[in-house]
Amino acid sequence: MTGLLVIAPFVAYPVFVMRCLCMALFACAFNLLIGYAGLLSFGHAMFLGGAGYASAHAAKVWGFPPELAILFGTAVAAALGLVVGWLAIRRQGIYFSMITLGLAQMVHFLCVQVPFTHGDDGIQGVPRGVLFGVIDLDDTLTMYGFVLVIFLLGFAIIYRIIHSPFGAVLTAIRENELRTTSLGYNTDHYKLIAFVLSAALAGLAGATKVLVFQNATLTDAEWTTSGAVILMTLLGGLGRFSGPVVGAFLVVALEQYLAPFSGWVPVVEGAVFVVCVLVFREGIVGKLSAALKIPL
Amino acid sequence: MQALYAQLVIGLVNGAFYALLSLGLAIIFGLLNVINFAHGALYMLGAFVAWGLLHYAGIGYGPALIIAPLVVGVVGVILERTLLQRLYRLDPLYNLLLTFGLALVIQGLFQMRFGSSGESYEIPAALQGSANLGFMQLPYYRGWVLIVSLVVCLATWFVTERTKLGSYLRAATENPALVQAFGVNVPRMITVTYGLGVALAGFAGVLAAPIFPVSPGLGSEVIIVVFAVVVIGGMGSIMGSIVTGFALGLIEGLTKVVYPAASGAVVFALMALVLLVRPAGLFGKAS
Amino acid sequence: MLNLPKRIADTSMAVILCAAALGSVTACKKDSAASKGSAAGGKVVIGVLTDMSGLYSDLAGKGSVAAAEMAVADFGGSVAGMPIEVVSADHQNKPDVGSGVVREWFDTKGVDVIVDVPTSSVALAVSDVTRDKNKVFLASGAGSSDLTGKACSPNTIHWAYDTWALANATGREIVKHGGDTWFFLTADYAFGAALERDVTKVVEASGGKVLGDIKHPLNAADFSSFLLQAQSSQAKIIGLANAGGDTIKSIKQAAEFGIVAKGQKMAGLLVFISDIKALGLATAQGLTLSESFYWDRDDGTRAWSKKFAAKRDGAMPTMVQAGVYSSVMHYLKAVAELKSAKDGKAVVAKMEAMPAEDPLFGKGTIDPNGRKRHSMYVYEVKSPAESKGDWDFYKLIREVPADQAFRAPADSGCSLIAKP
Repeated sequence: MTGLLVIAPFVAYPVFVMRCLCMALFACAFNLLIGYAGLLSFGHAMFLGGAGYASAHAAKVWGFPPELAILFGTAVAAALGLVVGWLAIRRQGIYFSMITLGLAQMVHFLCVQVPFTHGDDGIQGVPRGVLFGVIDLDDTLTMYGFVLVIFLLGFAIIYRIIHSPFGAVLTAIRENELRTTSLGYNTDHYKLIAFVLSAALAGLAGATKVLVFQNATLTDAEWTTSGAVILMTLLGGLGRFSGPVVGAFLVVALEQYLAPFSGWVPVVEGAVFVVCVLVFREGIVGKLSAALKIPL
Repeated sequence: MQALYAQLVIGLVNGAFYALLSLGLAIIFGLLNVINFAHGALYMLGAFVAWGLLHYAGIGYGPALIIAPLVVGVVGVILERTLLQRLYRLDPLYNLLLTFGLALVIQGLFQMRFGSSGESYEIPAALQGSANLGFMQLPYYRGWVLIVSLVVCLATWFVTERTKLGSYLRAATENPALVQAFGVNVPRMITVTYGLGVALAGFAGVLAAPIFPVSPGLGSEVIIVVFAVVVIGGMGSIMGSIVTGFALGLIEGLTKVVYPAASGAVVFALMALVLLVRPAGLFGKAS
Repeated sequence: MLNLPKRIADTSMAVILCAAALGSVTACKKDSAASKGSAAGGKVVIGVLTDMSGLYSDLAGKGSVAAAEMAVADFGGSVAGMPIEVVSADHQNKPDVGSGVVREWFDTKGVDVIVDVPTSSVALAVSDVTRDKNKVFLASGAGSSDLTGKACSPNTIHWAYDTWALANATGREIVKHGGDTWFFLTADYAFGAALERDVTKVVEASGGKVLGDIKHPLNAADFSSFLLQAQSSQAKIIGLANAGGDTIKSIKQAAEFGIVAKGQKMAGLLVFISDIKALGLATAQGLTLSESFYWDRDDGTRAWSKKFAAKRDGAMPTMVQAGVYSSVMHYLKAVAELKSAKDGKAVVAKMEAMPAEDPLFGKGTIDPNGRKRHSMYVYEVKSPAESKGDWDFYKLIREVPADQAFRAPADSGCSLIAKP
């Protein structure tokens, strides 16, 4: 996969692939929560968008170099995740999802009202800066390399989380929370940590994306973006490790391909949702895994 | 002070829409355990049907008040029969995702055909003009919306809570197998309930057409707020949604006078608060 | 570790699937490589970025695309031996969508010039990208005077109108007739803020007072609570610092609440002929507005407008659409002289050097900060009785000559203007 992604910018439009990578990281972060902890967050865009605004502001107004701007954005997302998670974890199932949705809407309103975000105009002209003081990120290919490294890093972190004792407890919580509690685990504690990790990684994706496109706008904090990441994960395969990557690439490619007929995008996405939920709940990776009889 | 009263009245009118829409949602969730994300899109559909009736068939507001909800109800029945039914045995979150997808499709199709700026629908001649209330000029039409939605809400509450039909519906949710064993056609009741729930949304759409631009985004602008209303009121409680809907309208109106920038976010703050303190909602039954 | 075989399976599956994804992507991208080659070879591509389906789609939208195509056809279809191509896209009034489209156009489709772009926040973003890539941006749709002020660029020319010109024409006219207390209903983004700011300056300079303002989201559905606040301020004038669909809704809903009947006047600070068409003369009569183009102004505008209307099912051109035509024509003339469209700054410099006169906007020049200068006209909307036919909407109140209609370059705050 790494090899393919390295040659990708030479065959396809690099900015497009960078968008794919950022969304793939976002989707993987989301999948950590739904696929492995069984928590459907309906407001994950608040981390993507919130971190985006934070790092845009840091880079443009405070003059942070790119690596610090991204770290700042990630930290903001993690802090937000802590607060939201602490509030939301208290309830289960649909109520959990509704809390995340409501809180995401509040974050969205903050993004609209707070002066530094410039509301509908967004933060424009975010400088990409010079990485570690030596690598100029204005060059598209160099930026691509940076984004690829971040993506692989995030991907590796998620892999490590899932294939660890912590990850095993998460899966246990998803399967049967009551039983896990009876085994002596503080499930709320685990769920909160998973939530914060998911939020931080989503924030990492958002902060990086802002540097790629050099702007931070409201779109990233809207609930339609929360819906999009659910679609990516569902399409790729909930709870499958590489599912969200596949889903993200496909959805972003779909939006790109349909751009001249932009009216069709919500219709096709909605239709894919409907089909997936009805007959394709395992997602692409799930179906492939079943067909090839390889555990994925 | 005058400004406050005026905003409260306007808030009450907005609350009427919240109440009607959350009523439909509450019925559908309470009786079907389905979180109907498509509710907003069906509300928009109701408004467009009303507009279409006038624009293409010259059928005015009055008949539209009856025809549009019927049309939307039928659409709902079709959706329920063909799609929603298949997912009842699964986690309700799947139905949420399904209806979310449906909302995208419906809204997207309308957007392609009509663009996003919306069509205009004139206030029916009989309801034009306004009354001088002293502190404000209240358009007759908005007063009418307030009254008619109150009537419809209370009528619906009465039917579900105080009639035999209503008790069958409520029993069917609690224990479908047992009720079916008594000879009641449960799947059909469920279908009819969904149809009724979305017909309420369609009705709200007709009411909205003369005041809000009839645009494809009509539903998505309001659906999240309506969800919050249902959650605050208590997800299965009919009276809860009605009261909360109107109350929220009032609270928003008040916020607009005191701290206008927060008026959009106040409902979510309330929702988070309620979920933490009383998760079943203000009027819900603790499960 | 027993994990290893699984890990290999994981990774190889991911490889295969990513390959599939990238394969589909590459298939989409093949044609872009081709167009990149041909752009280098010799083709001038004009990109019309506009609002195709939202609240500004009537004043710009498909009409702007038609205007650009008319200009290309009238110019002869090719310039300096290179064929001309017109592409278009919908920016949905979102800066990220707009700047993404423009970036991709520049990178993969060899677009040389962006025209139109209503919605000032998008225009500002596009202006940034255009400067970075050294292309040309000819703004006709957007209004913010910042485009030739603090956000000016050597690659951008602002055509048709701007918020300063509107404030100077409409604002001054209304204050002259006794409108000395104002309350603003402002669209909460770059354009609304700029318009409110520029009109406030004019009002205060003439001794008037601004009693307050309320910001509404772009494309808001319900203005009732905002209008009620405007009403309770008791300002003589309610200034509508918004445009398109928002202005139409504000005026309609104000009628519902009897605002005008109770003695306050609505001032449409940016109103287009397409808005009057949507409102109808009965509702819009008496409105004071300013435009730099009106189809019925003189023989030259009438002739061109009839040709335009023939392509648009009888819809008369708006000031924005006329601006697209005019700016494209002038651009092509400059490219013809330079024999190349590659260096954006050079083309803009040439456009500024050449006198700009056409039947649409009359005699005009372009200031060094990118501001196109021509006369503004203050109109009043006719009553239904005064109108003699379809689209006969305006009567002329006065003309503001070019040298006074727009802000002096020295006052603009643009970094390109050398300090004296």
